[in-house]
Amino acid sequence: MDLSTINPVLLVASLMVAATPIMLAAIGELVVEKAGVLNLGVEGMMIIGAICGFAIAVETGSPLLGFVAAAVAGAILSLLFAFLTQILLANQVASGLALTLFGLGLSALIGQSYAGIKPPPTPKIDIPLLSDIPVLGPILFGHDLMVYFAILLIAIVWAVLKYTRLGLILRAVGENHDAAHALGYKVVRIRILAIMFGGACAGLGGAYLSLIRVPQWTEGMTAGAGWIALAIVVFASWKPWRVMLGAYLFGGVTVLQFNLQAAGVNIPVQYLSMSPYLITILVLVIMSSSKARSAMNAPAALGRIFHATH
Amino acid sequence: MLRLEKRPMPSKAWTIATPVLAVIATMVAGGILFAILGKDPVEAIRIIFWDPLFSDQFASYSRPQLLVKAGPLILIAIGLSFGFRAGIWNIGAEGQYIIGAITGAAVGLAFYPAGGWYIFPLMVIAGAFGGWLWAMIPAILRTKFNTNEILVSLLLVYVAEHIMSAMSFGLLRNPEGHGFPGSRNFRDYDIAANPELITGTGMHWGVVAAFVAVIFAYVMMTRHIMGYQITLAGQSPRAARFGGVNPNRLVVLCFGISGVLAGLAGMFEVTGPAGQISTDFNQGYGFTAIIVAFLGRLHPVGILLAGLLMALTYIGGDLAQLMLSLPKPAIQAFQGMLLFFLLAFDMLTNFRIRLSRTETA
Repeated sequence: MDLSTINPVLLVASLMVAATPIMLAAIGELVVEKAGVLNLGVEGMMIIGAICGFAIAVETGSPLLGFVAAAVAGAILSLLFAFLTQILLANQVASGLALTLFGLGLSALIGQSYAGIKPPPTPKIDIPLLSDIPVLGPILFGHDLMVYFAILLIAIVWAVLKYTRLGLILRAVGENHDAAHALGYKVVRIRILAIMFGGACAGLGGAYLSLIRVPQWTEGMTAGAGWIALAIVVFASWKPWRVMLGAYLFGGVTVLQFNLQAAGVNIPVQYLSMSPYLITILVLVIMSSSKARSAMNAPAALGRIFHATH
Repeated sequence: MLRLEKRPMPSKAWTIATPVLAVIATMVAGGILFAILGKDPVEAIRIIFWDPLFSDQFASYSRPQLLVKAGPLILIAIGLSFGFRAGIWNIGAEGQYIIGAITGAAVGLAFYPAGGWYIFPLMVIAGAFGGWLWAMIPAILRTKFNTNEILVSLLLVYVAEHIMSAMSFGLLRNPEGHGFPGSRNFRDYDIAANPELITGTGMHWGVVAAFVAVIFAYVMMTRHIMGYQITLAGQSPRAARFGGVNPNRLVVLCFGISGVLAGLAGMFEVTGPAGQISTDFNQGYGFTAIIVAFLGRLHPVGILLAGLLMALTYIGGDLAQLMLSLPKPAIQAFQGMLLFFLLAFDMLTNFRIRLSRTETA
């Protein structure tokens, strides 16, 4: 075991990369849940995004088009969930699960001919002077665009939810759909749009995995990232900036665990690999145990079916 | 304009009709999917649903397989149905199935190469206990710390998979396996194995357990106060609390039942059809069982039928893979579709569709 091989600067830099897919999926789900909908299909939308993004990027040679395709694919898949839960008033938990099971199968089907291929590389931004700064340079200024895009998205979601009329309506729909309906807001329409936004974000997160983080396609490659994104929304107590914190925490554990593996720590690899999941559970427990806090922040109508009677 | 009007009571007729409708719709949509993949849709559907049962060429092999595949699905789905009825979501049956297989196998392998009638029963108890223990984690975290049981039970699946991998590379690795991962094969250890009970039927102890579970669940749901409380808690949590139902006890109970049954399923699978603990021992039965539970309307007899149907898609899927080189994941997508259609048609059970001409405010 040689812990001195772990380079803290590289560690933090790769933490940001590891956190990005979860951050994207989680901020999307946060918006969905703020609108009062619990979509457990994040894993399914992520993996569909992963394969669609990968396939389009390979076929066109453009990672950018891949990301666009992934967002579109995630949004289209989420429409299935939206149709079931918002139009046909199906149970949200069961519909979300169905989305995940279907997504895992469909992605494996689409991805059959893409196993073992390398995707076109996504360029990193290299800002000449900034990225040369020791320590801070590689950590903050040597990444691909998506890393910054994810952070920007957090900022936008935060600002929209907090300061705009749109955010207010969205929160109203999530807190009390009957009141929002009585005020004349189109509850179902707003929720469908929120679900589609969540799907697009999850799709982007998936594509980040297959195009940049891993970069290749393997069946079931999301390996629970979608579920961790769902857990992070709870951890964040539905606050955008805390989503970023949660994602970095998770990314940190993942990267550290890889580094310990590489350094040859005397623990079987499998026990290190399960640590991110265990830590996520632990964090969930800590966050949920203070009842008052989680009850205060969870949208009041979360998971409840809206049926306009008049 | 079409309008939905909530029925005062879910329609009995539609409750039975929706699974049938969903299967038909899935066949149509599946046929379209197969056509997109460049296969003859009619032939593909025939190979999946008809040939395993009735063709001269394959039926003698695939008919027994029906029970082999349906056994674990029914066993797990029966357990899940208790929780789902009460609005308690155990989504991590796959993990409980894996841990049950590991604990069951570990007890058996600890005795190797001893012989004794008591070994197999001990393994059964160990498997049930392992599944129960794994299910207790989300249950206790839920009751003590108010932690979301869906997320915890699911995240534990990934933990269980890593434990399984650790076991097949470490503690349980076959010392005579030339360093390959994977435990000893139970086919070479008769006393601890779970073989076919009647040759040519596919019937093994896991299938017997599944039938027993169906009867047990039926009695409990229809005749026992516990079944009544579970149903009540699912339909009206407030009424249940006034009626003296302790929600925490219900969570522990429902998770306990499904953990035990999933653990048993894993134990019977590893000692029988699978033969050994290996890195790819689990095949997603724990997840497919969720579809089985819903397709069976959370009713024991329904689950029995749904389990057999889902087993048929597995076997037919394998056959279609062989005959049409239909890709294996197509069946998984197919099964997911079934759940979609079921949930969609469920609307007919709970709502009446009304035509409203002019809006009278």
